[in-house]
Amino acid sequence: MRRAGILRPWAVFVWLLVWQIGAMALDQQILLVSPIQVLARLGELALQGSFWKAVGFSMLRITGGFLLGAIVGTVLAAFSARLRLVEELLAPLLLAIKSIPVASFIILSLILFSSRNLSILISFLMVLPVLYSGVLGGIRAMDRQMLEMAQLFRIPTLRRIRYVYLPQVMPYFQAACASALGLCWKSGIAAEVIGMPTGSIGERLQQAKVYLDTPDLFAWTLVIVLVSLLFERFFLVVLRQAAHHLERM
Amino acid sequence: MHRLCKSFGEKSVLRDVSGTLAANRITGLMAPSGAGKTTLLRILMGLEQADSGWIDGLDGLRLSAVFQEDRLCDQLDGVSNLRLVTPSLSRAEARKALETVGLADCIGQPTRELSGGQRRRVAILRGLLADYDLLILDEPFKGLDRETKQLVMEDTRRRCTGKTVLLVTHDPTELDALGVTELLTGLELNSPRLSGQYRKEP
Repeated sequence: MRRAGILRPWAVFVWLLVWQIGAMALDQQILLVSPIQVLARLGELALQGSFWKAVGFSMLRITGGFLLGAIVGTVLAAFSARLRLVEELLAPLLLAIKSIPVASFIILSLILFSSRNLSILISFLMVLPVLYSGVLGGIRAMDRQMLEMAQLFRIPTLRRIRYVYLPQVMPYFQAACASALGLCWKSGIAAEVIGMPTGSIGERLQQAKVYLDTPDLFAWTLVIVLVSLLFERFFLVVLRQAAHHLERM
Repeated sequence: MHRLCKSFGEKSVLRDVSGTLAANRITGLMAPSGAGKTTLLRILMGLEQADSGWIDGLDGLRLSAVFQEDRLCDQLDGVSNLRLVTPSLSRAEARKALETVGLADCIGQPTRELSGGQRRRVAILRGLLADYDLLILDEPFKGLDRETKQLVMEDTRRRCTGKTVLLVTHDPTELDALGVTELLTGLELNSPRLSGQYRKEP
């Protein structure tokens, strides 16, 4: 979950400096814009109402798809753990989702549906198998001795889930969420770039490409990275708090 | 009341084991390691199926147990661990029970932060305090230091009086300390080393 813990500010600064010097030496804004120009552009964008609308539009859909995928993936994993038949039935479907390139899904759903809510579907499809296999692995790895204990003392199902299952599966769920969160943003934005739903971040990226507007491209990229990072942090903290609260009596 | 009879056949671990548990008494079971005690207990607990043979009088009984392992919910404190299996137990009652076995200092701590001996005591109390018709104690006092063991055994004896309990142990002094008079005799576990007899210390 933690990024390899050796991200030092000085090293980041060195690379930013290299970038800045490189951009200044090249002196071609279309090819390489400097970090300062990117920040300046970002500042301009942040003053526009349409900027925040686009961020909201994409964020709502991508995180919506993520939440949907997380819920459905978890529920399916619970059924699979319970019934071998369900697991066998789902296996080909999930394998297909995992192996089919995102681009194919994007094109296919553009043919079938409108582009407006495309990123919900794509984000959902990317998240689903990750959460499914993560949670299923967690359920499988549950301590048999604890399950026997719950059986012997006849702990009622809801209490059992909350106090015996949840604490054991939660670490797996969190790890799956952490990796799925990165995935859903990348694929969600890719979907928007191809489908260009009006008022999305992806549309703005596409426009930046059309007009060779490199500062815009970099600024929007920075926005995507920041928003996804912030959401990831926020979501994982909320999740940890919720779990902490639930696991306590 | 409920007299249990059981016999198995053809299983390598337990071969034609029969025995009776006396109701409302503590029954001791002593046998060397590897004699199949744990398997026997698991069948009693309903966690394992016997290949053949049957148990009478076990249907509908509420079971409780102290496993060889602690099997605690590590994120919960002692009070919550007790109340998880016995919701009718009030917080105050649970706290008092923990204090009796010397756990007053660490009542609010999650059990993962407790020492082995402290966890053991929580696990023992969980088994003792549950509402049960039959309590199974599988080497419950293992890993406790002498003083604590004495304290816990007294507490166990007090709480188990008049109840149907099966105590498995290696240590004859534990049987004495709990005032065990019944022994699971006629229990011919797989091993010829098993005497099935219990003699008072000379």
